[in-house]
Amino acid sequence: MPFKIISSQCTGCSACETECPNVAIFEKGGTFVIDPKKCTECFGHFEEPQCVAVCPVDKTCVIDTSLPRYQPPA
Amino acid sequence: MDAAERGSSARKTRNGGETTLATEPKSCGTLVSRGKASCGAHGGQADLPPAIWDKVKKHPCYSVEAHHHYARMHVAVAPACNMQCNYCNRKYDCANESRPGVTSEKLTPEQAAKKVLAVASRIPQMTVLGIAGPGDPLANPDKTFRTFELVAKAAPDIKLCLSTNGLALPDHVDTIARLNIEHVTITINMIDPEIGTQIYPWIFYNHKRYRGIAAAKILTSRQFKGLEMLSARGILCKINSVMIPGINERHLVEVNKAVKSRGAFLHNIMPLIAAPEHGTVFGLKGQRVPRTSELKALQDACEGEMNMMRHCRQCRADAVGLLGEDRRAEFTKEKIVTMTVNYDPEARKAYQARIEEERHARIVPTQEGAGEHAGGTSDIKVLIAVATKDAGLINEHFGHAKEFQVYEVSRSGAKFVGDRRVDHYCQGGYGAQDDLAAIIRSINDCHAVFVARIGGRPRGELHKAGIEPVDQYAHELIETSAIAWFSSYLEKVKSGDIQHVERGDGAIRQDPMVSVA
Repeated sequence: MPFKIISSQCTGCSACETECPNVAIFEKGGTFVIDPKKCTECFGHFEEPQCVAVCPVDKTCVIDTSLPRYQPPA
Repeated sequence: MDAAERGSSARKTRNGGETTLATEPKSCGTLVSRGKASCGAHGGQADLPPAIWDKVKKHPCYSVEAHHHYARMHVAVAPACNMQCNYCNRKYDCANESRPGVTSEKLTPEQAAKKVLAVASRIPQMTVLGIAGPGDPLANPDKTFRTFELVAKAAPDIKLCLSTNGLALPDHVDTIARLNIEHVTITINMIDPEIGTQIYPWIFYNHKRYRGIAAAKILTSRQFKGLEMLSARGILCKINSVMIPGINERHLVEVNKAVKSRGAFLHNIMPLIAAPEHGTVFGLKGQRVPRTSELKALQDACEGEMNMMRHCRQCRADAVGLLGEDRRAEFTKEKIVTMTVNYDPEARKAYQARIEEERHARIVPTQEGAGEHAGGTSDIKVLIAVATKDAGLINEHFGHAKEFQVYEVSRSGAKFVGDRRVDHYCQGGYGAQDDLAAIIRSINDCHAVFVARIGGRPRGELHKAGIEPVDQYAHELIETSAIAWFSSYLEKVKSGDIQHVERGDGAIRQDPMVSVA
């Protein structure tokens, strides 16, 4: 569940949208938002979260500490 | 489709095998005596094979002569990017900023197609649609190619063109060929990974972010592979390079050789734009921008190798109009929604046929040997600035000129070497005095400025700055006038009336461009 995009820093470039393997990222009011229900932290897909890797602005896609970490299905 | 298969870099299409060049690298052949600025200089076709000439004759970026007659437009459908360059900051967007990577409104492919038709119906000399960003078109392949498909269906007479950093290029060459995209620009700033580390902080490739040497090596190999694949398919490639003093200026000669050997058609070396207010890495750290003389020396050094583009205006990702004019304000999203689009291919054809007739009527006779009796054996070379509205004539008032064409005049004739933008400041508080000072700074490397008319005050200021205002050739041909003036200049130097002095440097504008729409 846990990645989120800090909207004040998001440039709305959309690079993360196409990289997300879970289709969890969508546009809202010119910036992008991660659906926490769909985010798996790229677990099982890639070594590192794709939104973090492709984002041109550092520290914009970050762990949402208000939510529990993603638990892969047993 | 598996979710992991989505996205641009998730595609596993790899073109295996070696690419060999199906055709010889195309250059424009031998230099004509005047030394041409780029393909099909003022005389047009010059020495190009007919098939190539057909592709470039109406493309303002690929033919220096065409850019006086034909317009282009960019649509900003590609916001995402797969790497970071130190001279780019896509976050910064001001309506008065004019540089690549900057745009005011992003469009969906459908909106973009409508915009293209709206412009095509109102600007019949608009012949080329380019997608250049504001990110990288091939980091948004779906949006980019969807736009091209829509436009190709609705307006088949418009040439398609894209500009990329090359990282994702090899994956898309087949699509580019299938959609009949005839022109591709690749930005290549280095082939030495050490230098690459100073320009590119990171790239995103194959689901990983790479930094440093590894990033630069991947980028170069992808760019070369893409260029070779395009050359093999006969797609014309222009190479853009940003000249960054102290980082890659000497190295660009190597880049030039490398791209030429891989079949590139044209090389466009552009000066770095880096003002602190742009918020780019280079801007913030005070990276020096090139001087006009440095830029020209580098372009001259590469010219023996291949055609150099010298008329680039470093336009925005949403530019509309002739190079050097800016009509995007007429075609904003809101305005397009209400526009009735009447795309009439026949009317466009007829209009362009008239342009072609005019072009043929106006072919400037080459000045074979004119310099010989003008300059004798003198080695003096001077730059002149010309106020002109269109191809080949001195027909603009000094005060109305938004830019000057710069020619180098020597015993071998007059040769176009670039443009200088001198449009007026948009920040309030500047008076005409400052405008004039700015104009003089921008053409400070010129010995003379040729105009149709000029007022008393600027005349005096130019004299003070050591630039001779020349209005005796009003409405005449640039090249013949330049040579006539030059021979009288040499006479005066010979007789001791005047002393020939070297001029300093012109200023390359970094500040905002005002829309002239």
